[in-house]
Amino acid sequence: MSDLIRLSAADLAAKLASGEVSSVEATKAHLDRIAAVDGAVHAFLHVNAEALETAADVDRRRAAGEELGPLAGVPIAVKDVLVTKGMPSTSGSRILEGWIPPYDATPVRKVREAGMVPLGKTNMDEFAMGSSTEHSAYGPTHNPWDLDRIPGGSGGGSAAAVAAFEAPLALGSDTGGSIRQPAHVTGTVGTKPTYGGVSRYGSIALASSLDQIGPVSRTVLDAALLHDVIAGHDPHDQTSIPDAWPSMAEAVRRADVSGLRIGVVKELDSDGFQAGVRQRFHESLELLAANGAEIVEVSAPNFEYAIAAYYLILPAEASSNLAKFDSVRFGLRVVPEGGGTVEEVMAATREAGFGPEVKRRIILGTYALSAGYYDAYYGSAQKVRTLVQQDFDAAFAKVDVLATPTAPTTAFKLGEKLHDPLSMYLNDVATIPANLAGVPGISVPAGLAPEDGLPVGIQFLAPAREDARLYNVGGALEALLVDRWGGPLLAQAPDLSTHELMATEEGVV
Amino acid sequence: MARAALMDFDEALERFEPVIGLEVHVELNTKTKMFSSAPNPANDEFHGAEPNTLVAPVDMGLPGSLPAVNGTAVRYSISLGLALGCGIAPSSRFARKNYFYPDLGKNYQISQYDEPIAFEGSVEVELENGRTFEVAIERAHMEEDAGKLTHVGSTGRIHGAEYSLVDYNRAGVPLVEIVTKPIVGAGADAPALARAYVATIRDIVLSLGISEARMERGNLRCDANVSLRPKGQERFGTRTETKNVNSMRSVERAVRYEIQRQAAILADGGTITQETRHWHEDTGTTSPGRPKSDADDYRYFPEPDLLPVEPDPAVIEELRAALPEPPAARRRRLKAEWGFTDLEFQDVANGGLLNEVAATVEAGATPAAARKWWTGELTRIANAQGADAAGLAEPAHVAELAALVDEGTLTDRLARQVLEGVIAGEGSPREIVDTRGLAVVSDDGALIAAIDQALAAQPDVLAKIRDGKVQAAGAVIGAVMKAMQGKADAARVRELVLERAAADN
Repeated sequence: MSDLIRLSAADLAAKLASGEVSSVEATKAHLDRIAAVDGAVHAFLHVNAEALETAADVDRRRAAGEELGPLAGVPIAVKDVLVTKGMPSTSGSRILEGWIPPYDATPVRKVREAGMVPLGKTNMDEFAMGSSTEHSAYGPTHNPWDLDRIPGGSGGGSAAAVAAFEAPLALGSDTGGSIRQPAHVTGTVGTKPTYGGVSRYGSIALASSLDQIGPVSRTVLDAALLHDVIAGHDPHDQTSIPDAWPSMAEAVRRADVSGLRIGVVKELDSDGFQAGVRQRFHESLELLAANGAEIVEVSAPNFEYAIAAYYLILPAEASSNLAKFDSVRFGLRVVPEGGGTVEEVMAATREAGFGPEVKRRIILGTYALSAGYYDAYYGSAQKVRTLVQQDFDAAFAKVDVLATPTAPTTAFKLGEKLHDPLSMYLNDVATIPANLAGVPGISVPAGLAPEDGLPVGIQFLAPAREDARLYNVGGALEALLVDRWGGPLLAQAPDLSTHELMATEEGVV
Repeated sequence: MARAALMDFDEALERFEPVIGLEVHVELNTKTKMFSSAPNPANDEFHGAEPNTLVAPVDMGLPGSLPAVNGTAVRYSISLGLALGCGIAPSSRFARKNYFYPDLGKNYQISQYDEPIAFEGSVEVELENGRTFEVAIERAHMEEDAGKLTHVGSTGRIHGAEYSLVDYNRAGVPLVEIVTKPIVGAGADAPALARAYVATIRDIVLSLGISEARMERGNLRCDANVSLRPKGQERFGTRTETKNVNSMRSVERAVRYEIQRQAAILADGGTITQETRHWHEDTGTTSPGRPKSDADDYRYFPEPDLLPVEPDPAVIEELRAALPEPPAARRRRLKAEWGFTDLEFQDVANGGLLNEVAATVEAGATPAAARKWWTGELTRIANAQGADAAGLAEPAHVAELAALVDEGTLTDRLARQVLEGVIAGEGSPREIVDTRGLAVVSDDGALIAAIDQALAAQPDVLAKIRDGKVQAAGAVIGAVMKAMQGKADAARVRELVLERAAADN
């Protein structure tokens, strides 16, 4: 079975289309894998009991000659930030424990309509607040490369599920790097689309002006195929872009970097980044240059204020978005001893239901929006946001895409930064500017850092609505690197399931 | 709660100048809600639905749900802004007003804060006494209504309630809040002006067809701000805001009450507390709500889930071109067209019967007949029923009734019987004339037979008539009318009685 789980989504889809493999077989293989390794990885919060039934339905439709989408029958993991009809959706929080949403998020609906098979819901930092998945109320996810290390966050569950071959594809959400930074530390691919490229309807909001749903995968083509499924206008989300999108998968298939101008943001190529991270970053650039790309240094002087601005805008919006968790209509309800007024019940519920990081940000955001402080904090942060956008505009006047290391370091140890929020926040220094400006970004594996043997990602950024450029450059680099490595980076990951290994003679480390 | 001391109204006006400010919330009658596709209970079609049946995820504040602006609500708001003489913002924005309350699913209300869709207008308001005022409008902005709490317990109020029930049907109903600038200079007319202003807003939204405008259902709600300043003082006094006053009459009473209450406090050397106050319909008094300061912190910020509202200028011009005549201008025109005296016109206007009379005239009645029926018999019946005359009968039916009297088919007395049938829903006047057989008997043969019978029964009367005592005919006429069950024209009967008396001679 394990050869099925190691297939890319594109290859699996081809086997499904040809009838060589059924969706039930593919789904079963992944459910078995989850059963075998997820005890150690803890990527999933919930496994979908109806997955096999869904798969059987797709197989029936295929047998009946129905026209199916390119990813029909392919299993997918869904980050728990997305609401799923009939499946729990906790956003990693105790306050939503046991809540079953009555509706599907638009990206989930599209995935279902494409005939894909939801395997379950993946772990995440509570309400997507974090860079390590340690802030999940349900315990951390472990990095498949080293179970003592973090899988990144907030979408550590989706990235780990894909890296551990528990799912070929996953949905993630990216507010400041929650798709790209986990991709970086797990040797996987993750895209944050242009703001408005994918509907946010049904995504449990962290920061509405920053959140974006995107694909998580092992290959650039797979990310592109999923991107094509979930993108597009949704009348339920007025910030979603009405224009039609070009095929991202086509961009990968036609990848060609000759003449492509790649800007290196000098402020994000500094001593603050781990040596191995920078080394792999520059090797990737050299490889692209050797294949016809033009590497240009650009400056983004306002990026240094991005984290500060982000940590005002995000908590401000989050403090309001999270107000709805009050026990009145859904989720946890804690009644103080001897009963209480509705205000007292709300307070007791929020006290018990929210973790410390969530409370920290609610307090920060409430403060930043308060009368008398609004201009100094929220107002100033919005001005910085405009400056960051102007930096992007200036850079994209000179180059087609920007490149940066995705994050400053490789995966750190679980617990290492848990009690040092500021150093945790700094993980997102390279990913946050894209969210502030609404531009798309992708993280693609760039190799292993020589000093610790852990994965390193390279991030590409493109102007808004030019997501296809990311798939072009990402696809080209991936092809060159896989050639150099003699196979995908994840082939070098340690295997997690020795029992399964013995049965299949596969997966040499 | 001790009953507040009140100063005599005239005395209060001698010593203080009232300044009022009115906030009117209009529930729009769009098919769906402001930000969701759930049916709108402020539309007659969906009024009265079972609790929590008209809800979409966003109305309940479910995780992941997002608002989407209702385009019709925006167009209605623009029309209303234009009708109020306001400028329409080329770009306006929604904002979140953050506060925790169980009737508010998201625990924030989506409203407009510093960028309303309509601003700086004015409305001409005519009082019942004929005096007119220009009321300056500061702004009109779009927002969503909240759900409804029912407090279960002995008091029916939140204090002392055992528990409370929440109905989210009303959550997300589209609202336009119209805010006036401070109104100064109304003096003793301030209470009446407040009432007339709300009536004018009601006329405007009804003429635009954008709200059901029933105050008793909360389609139209008024918050009245009142402050007093000593005569000659420039600075405004401290104001109170009496919330959710739900009838025209109560608006007038509440303003009047606050003037008297505040005057008593100020005259006594006291100070007014800036607060919201509740209006009590039964006692005609207000009581303190919560303290309100200008520094109430709702942590407003631009709603990140919605784009700015940027209406196409061509659409604004279309809506402007389609505006109905302003109420005050319409009144002037109708008064001239109908040739009514001031008193006759005020009788119609103050009875809230302008539209009914106009429609009746449109349906073919003379203005005099239309006025007579609406301010006369219909108003009498309405008063007896404790209802509004408007809506009691179809204007077309009233016009038909007037025509039947005109053509001689009905006498006034018969017409009143037909009207009862119309109000009872028995059909059109002509149908009722037929089914009840109420038409005047114009067949002379039938009348003559009845007259001869009556004359034969009263030979003494016949003798008197023949003696030239014509007034004695009354007894015979009465007997004939009785025999005809009133369905005869008494004048014609009289003619025939005299004719027959002479003929038999």
